[in-house]
Amino acid sequence: MAFFRKHIKTIVPILVLYALVVVLDLIPGVPMMLLTVLKKGAIYSLVAVSMNLLNGFTGLFSLGQAGFMLLGAYTYASLNISSGLKPIVYQYYTPLFRFSITEVLSGVAGSAGAVLGIVLSLVIAGLVAAFFAYLIALPVLKLRGDYLAIATLGFAEIIRALIQLEALAPVTNGSQLLRGFPYFRGLFAPFLISGVCIFLIVLIINSTYGRAFIAIRDDEIAAEAMGINLAYHKRLSFVISSFFAGISGAMLAMYQTSVQANTFKSAMTYEILLIVVIGGIGSVSGSCIGSFLFIAMSEWWLRFLDNSAYNIPGIPLLRPGFRMVVFSVLIMIMVLFFRRGIMGDREFSLSFFSKKTRGEGGRSDSRRETDE
Amino acid sequence: MLEIKDLCVDYGGIHALSGISMTVPDGKIVTMVGSNGAGKSTTLRTISGLVKAKSGSVKADGRELLGLPINKVLEAGIAQVPEGRRVFSNLTVLENLRSGAYLRRDKDGIEEDIRWIYSLFPILKERYWQPAGTLSGGEQQMLAVGRGLMSRPRVLMLDEPSLGLAPLVVQGIFSIIKEINKRGVTILLIEQNANMALKIADYAYVLETGRISIEGPGAALLDDDRVKEAYLGKYRG
Repeated sequence: MAFFRKHIKTIVPILVLYALVVVLDLIPGVPMMLLTVLKKGAIYSLVAVSMNLLNGFTGLFSLGQAGFMLLGAYTYASLNISSGLKPIVYQYYTPLFRFSITEVLSGVAGSAGAVLGIVLSLVIAGLVAAFFAYLIALPVLKLRGDYLAIATLGFAEIIRALIQLEALAPVTNGSQLLRGFPYFRGLFAPFLISGVCIFLIVLIINSTYGRAFIAIRDDEIAAEAMGINLAYHKRLSFVISSFFAGISGAMLAMYQTSVQANTFKSAMTYEILLIVVIGGIGSVSGSCIGSFLFIAMSEWWLRFLDNSAYNIPGIPLLRPGFRMVVFSVLIMIMVLFFRRGIMGDREFSLSFFSKKTRGEGGRSDSRRETDE
Repeated sequence: MLEIKDLCVDYGGIHALSGISMTVPDGKIVTMVGSNGAGKSTTLRTISGLVKAKSGSVKADGRELLGLPINKVLEAGIAQVPEGRRVFSNLTVLENLRSGAYLRRDKDGIEEDIRWIYSLFPILKERYWQPAGTLSGGEQQMLAVGRGLMSRPRVLMLDEPSLGLAPLVVQGIFSIIKEINKRGVTILLIEQNANMALKIADYAYVLETGRISIEGPGAALLDDDRVKEAYLGKYRG
C-alpha cells in the first residue's frame, strides 16, 4: 500500500487510461481509425520502451530492433498457425511444427488454455529474440557508438534475408506470408500485454541493474571503477531489450494477422528510433506518449493531406504521398527545436500539472519521495 | 599494506612505467607527485586493474592483485576516485553514493556509511536528491570521494582531487582527506599540486617519465631543492 500511495500520481492516470480502453472496447461505433491507432500505438510503445532501455538508459546506440521483432513475430506465428490452415498456409512446403500451441492448450483447458497458449508463445517469442541477442552480444557490444549501430543494423538485415531462405521454409514459409494464428480482437489485450511488459521494464530500470545501466551510460570508466562489470551489464541490457522487442514483434503479428519478412525493414527501426527521440531519450512515459502521437500522425491525423478532394481550388497541393512530406517537415522541426523530446528524461505524473517544476531536473522530483 | 615492486606498463611499445617500486603502509598518507605524463595515473589504474601491467607485482597484505578483475581488487579493499571526478551526472547524489557500494550486500552497513559520508560532507546531505550534474565542481569532487568511500575500502586511491578546483576548495578537500585518514583509511594520493600533497603526506614519491626519481617523508621533500625546482617553483634571486 505504501507503494501505491507513493506513486499515486502515476498510478491514477494509468488506471483512468485503462478504464477508457475498456469503455472504448465495449461501446459500438468507435471510429475504426482510432482503434487502429490505439492498438498499434500500444505495441509500438513496448518496442520503443525496450529500445529506450538500451539506447536511452544504457547508452548503447543499437539499431537492431526490427530484426528482433521479426524473430519474435515469426516464432509466434509459426508456433500458432491452426492445424486446419497449415496445408493452405504452407502451400509449397511441409510445415515443421505440426501443432499449434494455442490449439493444444485450449484442447486441454478450454479458453483459459488458449490465453495461456498465447502468453506462453509470446514468452517463447521473446526468448528466441533474447537468445539471438545473447549470441551476437559478445562480438557486437565490443563496438562503440556508430559502429555498434551499423553492426546491429546489419544483423537485422541479415536476419531478414536469412528468414526467407528456402531451407528454413518449413518454419518460415520462405518469402510467402504466415497467417492463420490467433490475433487481437479487442483493444484491451494489446494494452494489457504492453502494460505488463513496460511495468517489468520500469522495475528493471529502478533496480540496482537499472542504476548500473545509467551509470554505464553516464561514465563507463567511473562505472568500471565502482566495480560494475561493463561487459555483463551491457549484454544484460541488450538481451532484455531484445526480449521485449521480440514480444512486441509477436504482438505486431497478432495485430496485422499475418507475418511477412518485408514488414520488418530497417525503416521500422528508424520509426521506433524517432519515437524514442520524440518522446525523450531516457523517459519511459515519453516513449509511450511519443509512440501514440507518432502513429496517430502518420496513420490518421495527416491522412487528409493525401486526399486531393480537400484542395483549395486552384492550388493542387494535396495529393497521395503529400502526407509524408508534411510529416518529414514536422519531424525536422521537432528535432531542431525540441531536441530533448516531449518529456526530456522526466517521467509523466500528475504533479506535472500541479507544480510545473520543483528544483532542477524534474526527474529528481519523484525520486525525492522514493529514496528516503 | 600495499606493496608495488618493479611495476612495468607499456602502452603499445611506449614505456609508461619502467619499473617502479613503492610501499603504502597501513594508516598512512602516501603521495605520488610528478608532472603530466610521468605515469601517475597509469600507476593508479594498474593497481585497480583498469590497465594491464607488463611485469612486476602489486601486493595487498601479501596477496597478488595484478591480473585480478577490477571488482576483485575492489573487494580486496582498494578503491579509487578517478581523475576528473567522473560522477554519474544523471543519477542523484544519493544514487551516486549507492553506486559506490555496488558490490556490497550489507544494507545496514551501507546506510551507516551513507550517514558517515553525510557527516564528512554535510553539503551532500543537503543535496541528496539533486542530479550530480547540477553540483559545483567542488561538490562533485566531494561526491566522488564519498562514492569511493562507499565500498568501505582499506586503501583509497585519489587521482588528482585538486584538478580544476579553486584553491580554497582544494584546501577543504585536503583537510577532509586527512580526516578520512584519521578514521583509519590508508590514502594513496596522486597529485600535480605538489605543495599541498607533500604537506599532508607521511611519505612521498616523485615520479619522472615512468621512474621514481626521489622519495622520502613529505616534509623532507618539501625542502628538497630538486623538488622545489621541478614542481614548486624555486625562487631565483
